[in-house]
Amino acid sequence: MVFKIAFHALKTAFKGLSLTVKHLFGAQKARQELDITKDHYFDNQTGIATVQYPKVKMPIPEVARYQLDVEIDDCIVCDLCAKACPVDCIAIEAIKSPEVIGKTSDGSVKRLYPARFDIDMAKCMYCGLCTVVCPTECITMTDQYDRSSTKLTDLIYGFSDMTDDQVAQRKSEWTKFQAEKEAAKLK
Amino acid sequence: MLDLFIHILVPVAIFMFIAIFTLFAVYAERKIAGFVQDRLGPMETGKYGSLQTIADILKLLQKELITPFLADKILFRVAPIVIFVAIFTGFSVIPWSHNFIPVNTHTGLFLIMAVVSIDAIGILMAGWGSNNKFSLLGAMRAIAQMVSYEIPVGLTLITAVMLTQSLNLNDIATNQGILATEEIKFLGIWSIKNVGGVLAWNIFQAPHMIVTYIIFFIATLAECNRAPFDIPEAESELVGGFHTEYGGIQFAFFFLAEYAMMFLVSMLGVVLFLGAWNTPFPNIGSIRLADWTTGFGWGIFWTFFKSLFLVGIQMWIRWTLPRLRADQLMNLCWKVLTPLAFLCMAISAIWRILVIT
Repeated sequence: MVFKIAFHALKTAFKGLSLTVKHLFGAQKARQELDITKDHYFDNQTGIATVQYPKVKMPIPEVARYQLDVEIDDCIVCDLCAKACPVDCIAIEAIKSPEVIGKTSDGSVKRLYPARFDIDMAKCMYCGLCTVVCPTECITMTDQYDRSSTKLTDLIYGFSDMTDDQVAQRKSEWTKFQAEKEAAKLK
Repeated sequence: MLDLFIHILVPVAIFMFIAIFTLFAVYAERKIAGFVQDRLGPMETGKYGSLQTIADILKLLQKELITPFLADKILFRVAPIVIFVAIFTGFSVIPWSHNFIPVNTHTGLFLIMAVVSIDAIGILMAGWGSNNKFSLLGAMRAIAQMVSYEIPVGLTLITAVMLTQSLNLNDIATNQGILATEEIKFLGIWSIKNVGGVLAWNIFQAPHMIVTYIIFFIATLAECNRAPFDIPEAESELVGGFHTEYGGIQFAFFFLAEYAMMFLVSMLGVVLFLGAWNTPFPNIGSIRLADWTTGFGWGIFWTFFKSLFLVGIQMWIRWTLPRLRADQLMNLCWKVLTPLAFLCMAISAIWRILVIT
Protein backbone atom coordinates (compact mmCIF):
# COMPACT_ATOMS: atom_id res chain seq x y z
CA MET A 1 0.00 0.00 0.00
CA VAL A 2 2.69 2.44 1.04
CA PHE A 3 4.78 1.53 -1.97
CA LYS A 4 1.82 1.94 -4.31
CA ILE A 5 1.01 5.42 -2.96
CA ALA A 6 4.64 6.49 -2.96
CA PHE A 7 5.17 5.25 -6.50
CA HIS A 8 2.01 6.93 -7.75
CA ALA A 9 2.95 10.23 -6.06
CA LEU A 10 6.44 10.16 -7.55
CA LYS A 11 5.08 9.33 -11.00
CA THR A 12 2.56 12.19 -11.04
CA ALA A 13 5.08 14.62 -9.53
CA PHE A 14 7.53 13.67 -12.26
CA LYS A 15 4.88 14.29 -14.90
CA GLY A 16 4.29 17.81 -13.60
CA LEU A 17 7.98 18.51 -13.20
CA SER A 18 8.77 17.48 -16.76
CA LEU A 19 6.03 19.80 -17.99
CA THR A 20 7.43 22.81 -16.12
CA VAL A 21 11.03 22.11 -17.11
CA LYS A 22 9.87 22.10 -20.73
CA HIS A 23 8.49 25.61 -20.19
CA LEU A 24 11.64 26.65 -18.31
CA PHE A 25 13.84 25.84 -21.29
CA GLY A 26 11.20 26.92 -23.79
CA ALA A 27 11.50 30.43 -22.31
CA GLN A 28 14.52 31.15 -24.51
CA LYS A 29 12.27 32.59 -27.19
CA ALA A 30 9.23 34.84 -27.09
CA ARG A 31 5.99 34.08 -28.87
CA GLN A 32 6.15 34.94 -32.54
CA GLU A 33 2.82 36.59 -33.34
CA LEU A 34 1.10 39.33 -31.35
CA ASP A 35 -1.59 40.30 -33.86
CA ILE A 36 -4.69 38.13 -33.53
CA THR A 37 -5.98 39.19 -36.96
CA LYS A 38 -3.10 37.38 -38.66
CA ASP A 39 -3.35 33.83 -39.92
CA HIS A 40 -1.47 31.19 -37.93
CA TYR A 41 -1.79 33.35 -34.80
CA PHE A 42 -2.57 30.34 -32.65
CA ASP A 43 0.32 28.32 -34.11
CA ASN A 44 2.91 30.84 -32.94
CA GLN A 45 2.01 31.08 -29.25
CA THR A 46 4.79 29.04 -27.61
CA GLY A 47 7.45 30.74 -25.47
CA ILE A 48 7.37 33.87 -23.31
CA ALA A 49 3.94 35.49 -23.36
CA THR A 50 4.99 38.79 -21.73
CA VAL A 51 4.70 41.97 -23.77
CA GLN A 52 6.94 44.61 -22.21
CA TYR A 53 4.26 47.21 -22.46
CA PRO A 54 5.60 50.74 -22.85
CA LYS A 55 8.39 49.48 -25.11
CA VAL A 56 6.36 46.97 -27.08
CA LYS A 57 2.69 47.47 -27.87
CA MET A 58 0.07 44.94 -28.81
CA PRO A 59 -1.57 45.66 -32.16
CA ILE A 60 -5.20 46.69 -31.64
CA PRO A 61 -8.10 46.53 -34.10
CA GLU A 62 -8.90 49.62 -36.18
CA VAL A 63 -12.40 49.90 -34.75
CA ALA A 64 -11.41 49.86 -31.12
CA ARG A 65 -13.54 50.95 -28.19
CA TYR A 66 -11.16 52.92 -26.00
CA GLN A 67 -11.13 56.63 -25.05
CA LEU A 68 -14.04 58.82 -26.18
CA ASP A 69 -13.55 61.70 -28.57
CA VAL A 70 -16.00 64.44 -29.56
CA GLU A 71 -15.94 66.41 -32.81
CA ILE A 72 -17.43 69.54 -31.27
CA ASP A 73 -18.14 71.25 -34.60
CA ASP A 74 -20.53 68.42 -35.50
CA CYS A 75 -22.27 68.45 -32.12
CA ILE A 76 -25.85 69.77 -31.99
CA VAL A 77 -25.81 69.68 -28.15
CA CYS A 78 -28.90 67.48 -28.04
CA ASP A 79 -27.85 65.95 -24.68
CA LEU A 80 -28.79 62.43 -25.84
CA CYS A 81 -25.38 61.00 -25.00
CA ALA A 82 -25.54 62.39 -21.46
CA LYS A 83 -29.00 60.83 -21.03
CA ALA A 84 -27.85 57.48 -22.44
CA CYS A 85 -24.77 57.26 -20.25
CA PRO A 86 -25.36 54.62 -17.53
CA VAL A 87 -22.74 56.10 -15.20
CA ASP A 88 -23.47 59.78 -15.89
CA CYS A 89 -19.95 60.65 -16.87
CA ILE A 90 -20.96 63.21 -19.52
CA ALA A 91 -21.87 66.73 -18.37
CA ILE A 92 -23.34 69.09 -20.95
CA GLU A 93 -24.47 72.68 -20.56
CA ALA A 94 -26.23 74.31 -23.51
CA ILE A 95 -26.95 77.94 -24.36
CA LYS A 96 -29.78 78.63 -26.76
CA SER A 97 -29.11 80.80 -29.74
CA PRO A 98 -31.61 83.35 -31.22
CA GLU A 99 -30.87 82.23 -34.77
CA VAL A 100 -29.44 79.17 -36.51
CA ILE A 101 -25.70 78.92 -35.83
CA GLY A 102 -24.76 76.73 -38.74
CA LYS A 103 -24.87 73.21 -40.05
CA THR A 104 -22.96 70.08 -39.12
CA SER A 105 -21.11 68.07 -41.75
CA ASP A 106 -24.12 65.77 -42.24
CA GLY A 107 -26.56 68.66 -42.65
CA SER A 108 -28.19 68.83 -39.21
CA VAL A 109 -29.04 72.33 -38.03
CA LYS A 110 -27.22 73.66 -34.96
CA ARG A 111 -29.28 75.86 -32.62
CA LEU A 112 -27.40 75.47 -29.35
CA TYR A 113 -23.96 76.51 -28.13
CA PRO A 114 -22.02 73.95 -26.08
CA ALA A 115 -20.96 76.00 -23.05
CA ARG A 116 -19.67 72.89 -21.38
CA PHE A 117 -19.03 69.40 -22.73
CA ASP A 118 -17.06 67.40 -20.15
CA ILE A 119 -16.49 63.64 -20.15
CA ASP A 120 -15.06 62.11 -16.98
CA MET A 121 -13.02 59.20 -18.33
CA ALA A 122 -12.37 57.99 -14.79
CA LYS A 123 -16.08 57.16 -14.54
CA CYS A 124 -16.52 55.93 -18.12
CA MET A 125 -17.14 52.19 -18.40
CA TYR A 126 -16.56 52.01 -22.16
CA CYS A 127 -20.01 50.66 -23.03
CA GLY A 128 -20.29 52.80 -26.15
CA LEU A 129 -23.99 53.65 -25.66
CA CYS A 130 -23.31 57.38 -26.15
CA THR A 131 -21.83 56.73 -29.59
CA VAL A 132 -24.91 54.69 -30.57
CA VAL A 133 -27.48 57.38 -29.74
CA CYS A 134 -25.60 60.34 -31.21
CA PRO A 135 -27.67 61.62 -34.18
CA THR A 136 -24.72 63.32 -35.89
CA GLU A 137 -22.11 60.70 -34.94
CA CYS A 138 -19.88 63.33 -33.44
CA ILE A 139 -19.02 61.32 -30.30
CA THR A 140 -16.83 58.33 -31.14
CA MET A 141 -14.55 55.82 -29.48
CA THR A 142 -10.95 56.02 -30.63
CA ASP A 143 -7.99 53.65 -30.52
CA GLN A 144 -6.27 55.73 -27.82
CA TYR A 145 -6.01 53.84 -24.55
CA ASP A 146 -2.85 54.99 -22.78
CA ARG A 147 -3.80 58.20 -20.96
CA SER A 148 -2.53 57.53 -17.46
CA SER A 149 -2.14 60.58 -15.25
CA THR A 150 -1.10 61.44 -11.72
CA LYS A 151 -4.02 63.84 -11.25
CA LEU A 152 -7.60 62.61 -11.18
CA THR A 153 -8.93 65.85 -12.69
CA ASP A 154 -6.74 65.28 -15.77
CA LEU A 155 -9.15 62.49 -16.66
CA ILE A 156 -12.05 64.92 -17.12
CA TYR A 157 -11.82 65.82 -20.78
CA GLY A 158 -13.34 69.15 -21.81
CA PHE A 159 -14.44 69.25 -25.46
CA SER A 160 -16.12 72.64 -25.52
CA ASP A 161 -14.04 75.17 -27.50
CA MET A 162 -15.82 78.23 -26.06
CA THR A 163 -13.97 80.69 -23.86
CA ASP A 164 -15.55 82.23 -20.74
CA ASP A 165 -16.05 85.53 -22.54
CA GLN A 166 -17.82 83.83 -25.42
CA VAL A 167 -20.08 81.96 -22.98
CA ALA A 168 -20.97 85.20 -21.21
CA GLN A 169 -21.61 86.93 -24.54
CA ARG A 170 -23.88 84.15 -25.86
CA LYS A 171 -25.76 84.09 -22.56
CA SER A 172 -26.37 87.83 -22.66
CA GLU A 173 -27.45 87.57 -26.31
CA TRP A 174 -30.06 84.98 -25.36
CA THR A 175 -31.38 86.94 -22.38
CA LYS A 176 -31.57 90.06 -24.54
CA PHE A 177 -33.47 88.16 -27.24
CA GLN A 178 -35.88 86.78 -24.67
CA ALA A 179 -36.40 90.17 -23.11
CA GLU A 180 -37.18 91.63 -26.56
CA LYS A 181 -39.68 88.79 -27.19
CA GLU A 182 -41.37 89.44 -23.83
CA ALA A 183 -41.54 93.13 -24.64
CA ALA A 184 -43.06 92.36 -28.09
CA LYS A 185 -45.68 90.09 -26.46
CA LEU A 186 -46.72 92.80 -23.98
CA LYS A 187 -47.35 95.34 -26.72
CA MET B 1 45.32 36.57 18.94
CA LEU B 2 45.27 34.97 15.47
CA ASP B 3 42.80 32.39 16.78
CA LEU B 4 40.48 35.12 18.00
CA PHE B 5 40.74 36.83 14.65
CA ILE B 6 39.79 33.62 12.83
CA HIS B 7 36.93 32.98 15.26
CA ILE B 8 35.49 36.37 14.31
CA LEU B 9 36.31 36.16 10.61
CA VAL B 10 34.65 32.78 9.96
CA PRO B 11 31.12 33.71 11.13
CA VAL B 12 31.37 37.04 9.31
CA ALA B 13 32.37 35.22 6.12
CA ILE B 14 29.48 32.77 6.50
CA PHE B 15 27.06 35.61 7.13
CA MET B 16 28.30 37.48 4.07
CA PHE B 17 27.92 34.31 2.07
CA ILE B 18 24.33 33.82 3.27
CA ALA B 19 23.44 37.43 2.48
CA ILE B 20 24.91 37.32 -1.03
CA PHE B 21 23.47 33.89 -1.68
CA THR B 22 20.01 35.12 -0.62
CA LEU B 23 20.21 38.11 -2.96
CA PHE B 24 21.23 35.84 -5.80
CA ALA B 25 18.70 33.11 -4.95
CA VAL B 26 15.73 35.47 -4.70
CA TYR B 27 16.56 36.85 -8.14
CA ALA B 28 17.04 33.33 -9.52
CA GLU B 29 13.78 32.19 -7.94
CA ARG B 30 11.81 35.03 -9.48
CA LYS B 31 13.37 34.40 -12.88
CA ILE B 32 12.71 30.66 -12.69
CA ALA B 33 9.14 31.33 -11.58
CA GLY B 34 8.72 33.67 -14.53
CA PHE B 35 10.14 31.28 -17.11
CA VAL B 36 8.13 28.32 -15.82
CA GLN B 37 4.96 30.38 -16.17
CA ASP B 38 5.95 31.81 -19.59
CA ARG B 39 6.66 35.24 -18.09
CA LEU B 40 9.88 37.25 -18.04
CA GLY B 41 10.21 37.97 -14.31
CA PRO B 42 11.89 41.21 -13.17
CA MET B 43 13.17 43.17 -16.19
CA GLU B 44 13.25 46.88 -15.32
CA THR B 45 15.86 47.33 -12.55
CA GLY B 46 19.27 46.95 -14.12
CA LYS B 47 20.08 44.78 -17.13
CA TYR B 48 17.47 41.99 -17.20
CA GLY B 49 16.34 43.09 -13.73
CA SER B 50 19.61 42.00 -12.14
CA LEU B 51 19.55 44.78 -9.53
CA GLN B 52 15.98 44.00 -8.48
CA THR B 53 16.84 42.18 -5.23
CA ILE B 54 19.34 44.88 -4.26
CA ALA B 55 16.61 47.48 -4.71
CA ASP B 56 14.30 45.27 -2.64
CA ILE B 57 16.74 44.94 0.25
CA LEU B 58 17.47 48.69 0.19
CA LYS B 59 13.74 49.31 0.46
CA LEU B 60 13.43 46.84 3.35
CA LEU B 61 16.36 48.42 5.22
CA GLN B 62 14.77 51.87 5.05
CA LYS B 63 11.41 50.76 6.38
CA GLU B 64 10.18 51.57 9.86
CA LEU B 65 10.00 48.78 12.41
CA ILE B 66 6.38 48.56 13.49
CA THR B 67 5.40 46.54 16.55
CA PRO B 68 1.67 45.85 16.86
CA PHE B 69 0.09 47.56 19.89
CA LEU B 70 -0.97 44.36 21.66
CA ALA B 71 2.02 42.26 20.58
CA ASP B 72 4.28 40.53 23.07
CA LYS B 73 7.10 43.02 22.52
CA ILE B 74 10.02 40.84 23.60
CA LEU B 75 8.98 37.68 21.76
CA PHE B 76 8.10 39.73 18.69
CA ARG B 77 11.52 41.35 18.53
CA VAL B 78 13.58 38.27 19.41
CA ALA B 79 11.84 35.77 17.07
CA PRO B 80 13.56 36.71 13.78
CA ILE B 81 16.94 36.62 15.50
CA VAL B 82 16.27 33.20 17.04
CA ILE B 83 15.18 31.78 13.69
CA PHE B 84 18.16 33.18 11.84
CA VAL B 85 20.74 32.25 14.47
CA ALA B 86 19.41 28.67 14.63
CA ILE B 87 20.06 28.17 10.93
CA PHE B 88 23.24 30.27 10.90
CA THR B 89 24.74 28.02 13.58
CA GLY B 90 24.00 24.99 11.43
CA PHE B 91 26.58 26.17 8.90
CA SER B 92 29.37 25.91 11.46
CA VAL B 93 29.88 22.13 11.18
CA ILE B 94 29.49 21.58 7.44
CA PRO B 95 32.67 20.96 5.43
CA TRP B 96 33.34 23.02 2.32
CA SER B 97 36.43 21.17 1.15
CA HIS B 98 38.93 18.56 2.30
CA ASN B 99 39.59 19.37 5.98
CA PHE B 100 38.15 22.84 5.37
CA ILE B 101 35.39 23.12 7.94
CA PRO B 102 34.56 25.94 10.39
CA VAL B 103 34.38 23.56 13.40
CA ASN B 104 35.58 19.98 13.14
CA THR B 105 33.56 18.25 15.85
CA HIS B 106 32.80 14.56 16.34
CA THR B 107 29.09 15.18 16.76
CA GLY B 108 28.55 17.63 13.91
CA LEU B 109 25.46 15.93 12.49
CA PHE B 110 23.88 15.72 15.94
CA LEU B 111 24.58 19.43 16.49
CA ILE B 112 22.87 20.34 13.22
CA MET B 113 19.78 18.31 14.10
CA ALA B 114 19.62 19.88 17.57
CA VAL B 115 20.27 23.46 16.52
CA VAL B 116 18.08 23.60 13.43
CA SER B 117 15.13 22.33 15.50
CA ILE B 118 15.28 25.59 17.47
CA ASP B 119 13.93 27.18 14.29
CA ALA B 120 10.50 25.78 15.25
CA ILE B 121 10.59 27.64 18.58
CA GLY B 122 11.46 30.87 16.78
CA ILE B 123 8.49 30.45 14.46
CA LEU B 124 6.16 29.84 17.42
CA MET B 125 7.58 32.95 19.11
CA ALA B 126 6.89 34.98 15.97
CA GLY B 127 3.36 33.64 15.62
CA TRP B 128 2.41 34.03 19.26
CA GLY B 129 4.18 37.33 19.75
CA SER B 130 2.42 38.96 16.79
CA ASN B 131 -0.99 38.63 18.52
CA ASN B 132 -2.61 38.02 15.15
CA LYS B 133 -4.80 35.04 14.41
CA PHE B 134 -3.27 34.41 11.01
CA SER B 135 0.22 34.47 12.47
CA LEU B 136 -0.76 32.10 15.25
CA LEU B 137 -2.47 29.71 12.83
CA GLY B 138 0.59 29.76 10.59
CA ALA B 139 2.91 29.18 13.52
CA MET B 140 0.84 26.26 14.82
CA ARG B 141 0.81 24.67 11.38
CA ALA B 142 4.55 25.21 11.11
CA ILE B 143 5.19 23.53 14.46
CA ALA B 144 2.98 20.54 13.57
CA GLN B 145 4.77 20.22 10.25
CA MET B 146 8.34 20.71 11.45
CA VAL B 147 8.02 18.42 14.46
CA SER B 148 6.46 15.69 12.29
CA TYR B 149 9.03 15.93 9.54
CA GLU B 150 11.89 15.89 12.01
CA ILE B 151 11.18 12.14 12.34
CA PRO B 152 11.76 11.03 8.74
CA VAL B 153 14.75 13.37 8.55
CA GLY B 154 16.20 11.89 11.73
CA LEU B 155 15.60 8.33 10.51
CA THR B 156 17.26 8.95 7.15
CA LEU B 157 20.22 10.54 8.90
CA ILE B 158 20.50 7.46 11.13
CA THR B 159 20.34 5.29 8.01
CA ALA B 160 23.31 7.13 6.57
CA VAL B 161 25.19 7.20 9.86
CA MET B 162 24.77 3.43 10.27
CA LEU B 163 26.75 2.96 7.08
CA THR B 164 29.36 5.64 7.74
CA GLN B 165 29.69 4.85 11.47
CA SER B 166 30.46 8.48 12.19
CA LEU B 167 28.67 11.66 13.19
CA ASN B 168 31.61 13.79 12.10
CA LEU B 169 30.61 15.44 8.85
CA ASN B 170 34.25 15.89 7.87
CA ASP B 171 34.86 12.12 8.13
CA ILE B 172 31.59 11.33 6.33
CA ALA B 173 32.63 13.64 3.50
CA THR B 174 36.14 12.21 3.26
CA ASN B 175 34.94 8.60 3.01
CA GLN B 176 33.08 9.15 -0.25
CA GLY B 177 35.95 9.53 -2.69
CA ILE B 178 39.53 8.81 -3.54
CA LEU B 179 40.84 10.38 -0.31
CA ALA B 180 38.87 7.88 1.83
CA THR B 181 40.55 6.59 4.97
CA GLU B 182 38.42 3.44 5.09
CA GLU B 183 37.51 0.69 2.69
CA ILE B 184 34.53 1.81 0.55
CA LYS B 185 32.55 -0.34 -1.86
CA PHE B 186 30.12 0.37 -4.71
CA LEU B 187 26.83 -1.35 -3.70
CA GLY B 188 28.84 -3.37 -1.19
CA ILE B 189 30.59 -5.51 -3.81
CA TRP B 190 33.21 -3.56 -5.73
CA SER B 191 36.02 -1.90 -3.82
CA ILE B 192 36.11 1.58 -5.27
CA LYS B 193 38.60 3.44 -3.14
CA ASN B 194 41.01 4.10 -6.02
CA VAL B 195 38.30 4.81 -8.60
CA GLY B 196 36.28 7.42 -6.70
CA GLY B 197 33.89 9.61 -8.59
CA VAL B 198 30.14 9.37 -8.54
CA LEU B 199 30.27 5.61 -7.81
CA ALA B 200 31.88 6.19 -4.43
CA TRP B 201 29.19 8.55 -3.13
CA ASN B 202 27.16 7.34 -0.15
CA ILE B 203 24.04 7.21 -2.30
CA PHE B 204 25.61 4.35 -4.31
CA GLN B 205 27.36 2.58 -1.45
CA ALA B 206 24.18 0.61 -0.71
CA PRO B 207 21.09 0.08 -2.88
CA HIS B 208 18.57 1.51 -0.41
CA MET B 209 20.44 4.80 -0.07
CA ILE B 210 18.78 6.28 -3.16
CA VAL B 211 15.35 5.80 -1.58
CA THR B 212 16.73 7.19 1.66
CA TYR B 213 17.98 10.26 -0.14
CA ILE B 214 14.60 10.85 -1.80
CA ILE B 215 12.90 10.61 1.61
CA PHE B 216 15.50 12.96 3.05
CA PHE B 217 14.99 15.45 0.23
CA ILE B 218 11.19 15.50 0.56
CA ALA B 219 11.32 15.73 4.34
CA THR B 220 13.87 18.57 4.35
CA LEU B 221 11.74 20.39 1.79
CA ALA B 222 8.98 20.31 4.40
CA GLU B 223 11.46 21.27 7.15
CA CYS B 224 12.29 24.54 5.42
CA ASN B 225 8.61 25.29 4.77
CA ARG B 226 9.06 25.39 1.03
CA ALA B 227 6.27 24.68 -1.43
CA PRO B 228 4.60 22.21 -1.83
CA PHE B 229 4.85 22.10 1.97
CA ASP B 230 4.42 25.83 2.59
CA ILE B 231 1.20 25.71 4.59
CA PRO B 232 2.75 27.77 7.43
CA GLU B 233 2.87 30.82 5.15
CA ALA B 234 0.16 29.84 2.64
CA GLU B 235 -0.32 33.28 1.10
CA SER B 236 -3.77 32.58 -0.24
CA GLU B 237 -5.25 31.56 3.10
CA LEU B 238 -3.05 33.00 5.86
CA VAL B 239 -1.85 36.34 4.42
CA GLY B 240 1.81 35.66 5.24
CA GLY B 241 1.56 33.08 8.02
CA PHE B 242 3.85 33.62 10.99
CA HIS B 243 5.56 36.68 9.48
CA THR B 244 2.37 38.60 8.65
CA GLU B 245 3.09 41.40 11.12
CA TYR B 246 6.77 41.83 10.32
CA GLY B 247 8.30 44.46 8.11
CA GLY B 248 11.63 46.04 7.33
CA ILE B 249 14.83 44.43 8.52
CA GLN B 250 12.95 41.87 10.64
CA PHE B 251 11.17 40.57 7.57
CA ALA B 252 14.50 40.54 5.76
CA PHE B 253 15.83 38.25 8.49
CA PHE B 254 12.97 35.80 7.94
CA PHE B 255 13.83 35.82 4.27
CA LEU B 256 17.54 35.32 4.97
CA ALA B 257 16.67 32.43 7.28
CA GLU B 258 14.43 30.78 4.69
CA TYR B 259 17.04 30.89 1.95
CA ALA B 260 19.87 29.98 4.33
CA MET B 261 17.80 26.97 5.40
CA MET B 262 17.36 25.94 1.77
CA PHE B 263 21.11 26.06 1.23
CA LEU B 264 21.82 24.36 4.56
CA VAL B 265 19.61 21.33 3.89
CA SER B 266 20.94 21.09 0.34
CA MET B 267 24.48 21.13 1.67
CA LEU B 268 23.62 18.56 4.32
CA GLY B 269 22.15 16.30 1.65
CA VAL B 270 25.27 16.78 -0.44
CA VAL B 271 27.60 15.96 2.46
CA LEU B 272 25.67 12.91 3.65
CA PHE B 273 24.57 11.37 0.36
CA LEU B 274 26.02 13.05 -2.71
CA GLY B 275 29.74 12.85 -2.05
CA ALA B 276 30.26 16.23 -0.36
CA TRP B 277 33.26 17.94 -1.93
CA ASN B 278 34.26 14.86 -3.91
CA THR B 279 34.30 15.01 -7.68
CA PRO B 280 31.65 13.15 -9.70
CA PHE B 281 34.25 11.96 -12.24
CA PRO B 282 35.83 8.54 -11.61
CA ASN B 283 39.33 7.37 -12.50
CA ILE B 284 39.09 5.24 -15.64
CA GLY B 285 42.33 3.32 -16.11
CA SER B 286 45.07 5.79 -16.90
CA ILE B 287 42.63 8.70 -17.33
CA ARG B 288 42.82 10.00 -13.76
CA LEU B 289 39.74 12.24 -13.91
CA ALA B 290 39.11 11.96 -10.16
CA ASP B 291 42.73 12.82 -9.31
CA TRP B 292 42.70 15.81 -11.63
CA THR B 293 39.47 17.24 -10.24
CA THR B 294 40.27 16.82 -6.56
CA GLY B 295 41.85 19.56 -4.52
CA PHE B 296 41.08 22.47 -2.24
CA GLY B 297 39.57 24.77 -4.88
CA TRP B 298 37.84 21.91 -6.65
CA GLY B 299 36.36 20.84 -3.30
CA ILE B 300 34.75 24.22 -2.70
CA PHE B 301 33.57 24.27 -6.30
CA TRP B 302 31.92 20.85 -6.10
CA THR B 303 30.20 21.56 -2.76
CA PHE B 304 28.93 24.85 -4.07
CA PHE B 305 27.88 23.49 -7.45
CA LYS B 306 26.03 20.48 -6.06
CA SER B 307 24.27 22.54 -3.39
CA LEU B 308 23.20 25.18 -5.91
CA PHE B 309 21.91 22.44 -8.17
CA LEU B 310 19.76 21.09 -5.33
CA VAL B 311 18.53 24.61 -4.49
CA GLY B 312 17.57 24.91 -8.15
CA ILE B 313 15.58 21.68 -7.89
CA GLN B 314 13.83 23.00 -4.79
CA MET B 315 12.80 26.11 -6.73
CA TRP B 316 11.71 24.02 -9.69
CA ILE B 317 9.51 21.91 -7.41
CA ARG B 318 8.07 25.02 -5.77
CA TRP B 319 6.81 26.39 -9.09
CA THR B 320 5.43 23.04 -10.22
CA LEU B 321 3.57 21.31 -7.45
CA PRO B 322 0.50 22.76 -5.70
CA ARG B 323 0.42 23.12 -1.93
CA LEU B 324 -0.56 20.08 0.13
CA ARG B 325 -3.50 20.28 2.50
CA ALA B 326 -2.66 19.98 6.20
CA ASP B 327 -4.09 16.44 6.47
CA GLN B 328 -2.37 15.31 3.27
CA LEU B 329 0.85 16.68 4.70
CA MET B 330 0.48 14.60 7.86
CA ASN B 331 -0.57 11.56 5.80
CA LEU B 332 2.56 11.82 3.69
CA CYS B 333 4.78 12.19 6.73
CA TRP B 334 3.34 9.52 9.01
CA LYS B 335 1.96 6.96 6.57
CA VAL B 336 4.50 7.08 3.76
CA LEU B 337 7.81 8.70 4.65
CA THR B 338 8.15 7.42 8.21
CA PRO B 339 7.48 3.71 7.41
CA LEU B 340 9.76 3.87 4.38
CA ALA B 341 12.47 5.55 6.44
CA PHE B 342 12.12 2.85 9.11
CA LEU B 343 12.44 0.19 6.43
CA CYS B 344 15.57 1.85 5.07
CA MET B 345 16.99 2.01 8.56
CA ALA B 346 16.37 -1.73 9.05
CA ILE B 347 18.00 -2.51 5.70
CA SER B 348 20.93 -0.34 6.72
CA ALA B 349 21.38 -2.29 9.93
CA ILE B 350 21.27 -5.64 8.12
CA TRP B 351 23.60 -4.27 5.42
CA ARG B 352 26.10 -3.17 8.01
CA ILE B 353 26.13 -6.57 9.72
CA LEU B 354 25.96 -8.88 6.70
CA VAL B 355 27.61 -7.04 3.81
CA ILE B 356 30.14 -4.58 5.16
CA THR B 357 31.00 -6.25 8.47
